[in-house]
Amino acid sequence: MKILVPVKRVIDYNVKVRVKSDGSGVDLANVKMSMNPFDEIAVEEAIRLKEQGTASEVVVVSIGVKQASETLRTALAMGADRAILIEAAADVNTDIEPLAVAKLLAAVVRDEQPGLVIAGKQAIDNDMNATGQMLSALLGWSQATFASKLEIEGEAALVTREVDGGMQTIRVKMPTIVTVDLRLNEPRYASLPNIMKAKKKPLEEKTPADYGVDVTPRLTIVKTVEPAGRSAGIKVGSVDELVSKLKEAGVI
Amino acid sequence: MAVLVLGEVTDGQLSLDATAKAVTAAKVLGEVTVLCAGGSAAAAGAEAAMIEGVARVLVAEDATLGHRLAEPTAALVAGLSGYSHIVAPATTDAKNVMPRVAALLDVMVISDVVGIVDADTFERPVYAGNAMQTVRSSDAVKVLTVRTTAFEAAASGGSAAVENVAAAADPALSEWVEDKVAASDRPDLTSAGIVVSGGRGIGSEENFAIVAALADKLGAAVGASRAAVDAGYAPNDWQVGQTGKVVAPALYVAVGISGAIQHLAGMKDSKVIVAINKDEDAPIFQVADYGLVGDLFEIVPELTAKI
Repeated sequence: MKILVPVKRVIDYNVKVRVKSDGSGVDLANVKMSMNPFDEIAVEEAIRLKEQGTASEVVVVSIGVKQASETLRTALAMGADRAILIEAAADVNTDIEPLAVAKLLAAVVRDEQPGLVIAGKQAIDNDMNATGQMLSALLGWSQATFASKLEIEGEAALVTREVDGGMQTIRVKMPTIVTVDLRLNEPRYASLPNIMKAKKKPLEEKTPADYGVDVTPRLTIVKTVEPAGRSAGIKVGSVDELVSKLKEAGVI
Repeated sequence: MAVLVLGEVTDGQLSLDATAKAVTAAKVLGEVTVLCAGGSAAAAGAEAAMIEGVARVLVAEDATLGHRLAEPTAALVAGLSGYSHIVAPATTDAKNVMPRVAALLDVMVISDVVGIVDADTFERPVYAGNAMQTVRSSDAVKVLTVRTTAFEAAASGGSAAVENVAAAADPALSEWVEDKVAASDRPDLTSAGIVVSGGRGIGSEENFAIVAALADKLGAAVGASRAAVDAGYAPNDWQVGQTGKVVAPALYVAVGISGAIQHLAGMKDSKVIVAINKDEDAPIFQVADYGLVGDLFEIVPELTAKI
């Protein structure tokens, strides 16, 4: 079985996000970019399935700017076999919407015929939490989102999902799309020899036109601003003072 | 314009709070129809009919709609035509279903809406709440999930007409196996009026008892930071933050929580924030209305005793 894993190049999760003062967006100039953390978990899970003999090949795909090839190389260094870059934007500030990404991925799925797609549950830039569900809809496949446990049982997958108030386990028909949550696994670090080896692994370059997909956004970003700030209050000196302040505020 | 609200129905029960908040968001967009779907949904539909501002309730009862599976629920919602907007509270169930609905309709989904500017224009947080974006949709149907913390619950007192609708053909793609629901006598984290959360500073799973004791004295829900969850001190469904639950109670008490950005994203809209931490430079104090610097193992039991 072949596994397809979409990965996204996003602002590194340790970087303090700065909103541009003209409201045009977030400052991405000279900012460290990395693989979306949820996608790292997806890559790790796919590689583990290959190591267990459940999967035969792990193909990673990224849709975005040319520099996303670096993200793909990271996935190859972790252990993916080959990569597809769909260059859909020239400007690093252009975010391809989940619907367009899902349409491109659906086209890749038709070409590659994977038995399983594993994706991150959301990207930490646009926080949409949508691509996996949308891809599943476009393909008419089953979906298992927010996975914290995945077991392949031949024609089906048993997936434990993190939901409000606890866990839900479902059995989905294969082929399927699984989106992963944080506690599914701990992604590995790529070793130096594997980083070197990854440079020689195949990376195919495509464009949306190759797949006949229109990536024109449906949403226009009107403005991006700093969230309403919250100013620091006061330090109290004792529990008694805290209790009286809370009573004054009418919250206890 | 006509707006469809996907009611939050779990095992036949309506989550009134989440649904009533989604109704508040939907009301400004047009006449509201609430859909209650489930293996059993009639009782949920009757309850939804009493939410003020609801014009009509649709009840879809079918075994395939039980357990909130995405494929049959999305097929049902996408098949109900005539709505300019489809709105759901941003719960894990709706986040599972609504992007699928949007893709079936060939439109974008707009997740975690916190403000409605006009019928096409919405505000939503991006970058874990570090930026607020205003987006305008050019799609014929707008599919939204709304953050329940950003909208007040609509009052009860309505009496909408209830109709039954049939489920869509069963795609038979997935089946429910089991739910493991964390049983608790405490209020639900996302709708509680008071939340007491513990962080890495709590130090162990056993020590969380002092957080729980304070919560129980206040009638509060118990939360945790991601650091505490990752350290195994607290279960994941207690997690407050960008990767956990977003809460906005009247009072939020952060105990032994440093205040990482990702945690702040989940609680900074609380009305009053109290921080208890031994590190006076902890970032949590920058958002706290009342900060108390000191040993939480002394402060928290004392606070529990004095309120």
